[in-house]
Amino acid sequence: MTVNKERSNTTFNISINGRVDTTTAPELEKELKSCYDDCTELILNFADVEYISSAGLRVLLSAQKAMSKQGSMKLVNVSSDIMEVFEVTGFSDILTIE
Amino acid sequence: MKELELEALTDNLSKVQAFVDEQLEEAGCPIKIQIQIDIAVEEIFINIAHYAYSTETGKATVRIEILPDPPSVDITFIDKGIPYDPLAKSDPDVTLSAEERKIGGLGIFMVKKSMDDVKYQYLDGHNILTLKKGLVI
Repeated sequence: MTVNKERSNTTFNISINGRVDTTTAPELEKELKSCYDDCTELILNFADVEYISSAGLRVLLSAQKAMSKQGSMKLVNVSSDIMEVFEVTGFSDILTIE
Repeated sequence: MKELELEALTDNLSKVQAFVDEQLEEAGCPIKIQIQIDIAVEEIFINIAHYAYSTETGKATVRIEILPDPPSVDITFIDKGIPYDPLAKSDPDVTLSAEERKIGGLGIFMVKKSMDDVKYQYLDGHNILTLKKGLVI
């Protein structure tokens, strides 16, 4: 998994590439946490995410909780395979997915 | 039937998934189902790696069998750790809001939802958990 960060003012665009699993989720969490300080809008680009397990969902949930206190978070370009994971777990209702 | 025995360690997850994927690809498994199976394999294997052997490490065996009619796969996980039935855990409430949602319990829930059948038994000092999934969408 690789994470690419772009910043414009207080908007952070995060592009994630690869597999978000038990072994890579801690790195994603670290990258996201490093944005929180002065972030009001967090955009996660899921175009190149091919896999997400519960370890990745945990990271998204804590990011959602953190961001709803200080701004907003949304996911963009989610593939149908990943969308199915969100639907099964009810994450499609708690995350903003465009 | 193919079998892989290795240390039940988080770092071995990619080896387990590569082993399972190889058999699934050979069987012509659709990618959508392969992702579901990969997720289930991760949740079960990581559970064993985290909880089966509290202080020392131990072995886990992963057995995979492709069945032809109807096309399906049985994947069995065996460990000699403390008796633990992951299916006994109650399902998380997936209707709660982000603020109310608890972190955890999702993995096994995803396994139950995405597999056709999940069975657990404790036999002769072994935890034996079997996933069953059809290979046709």
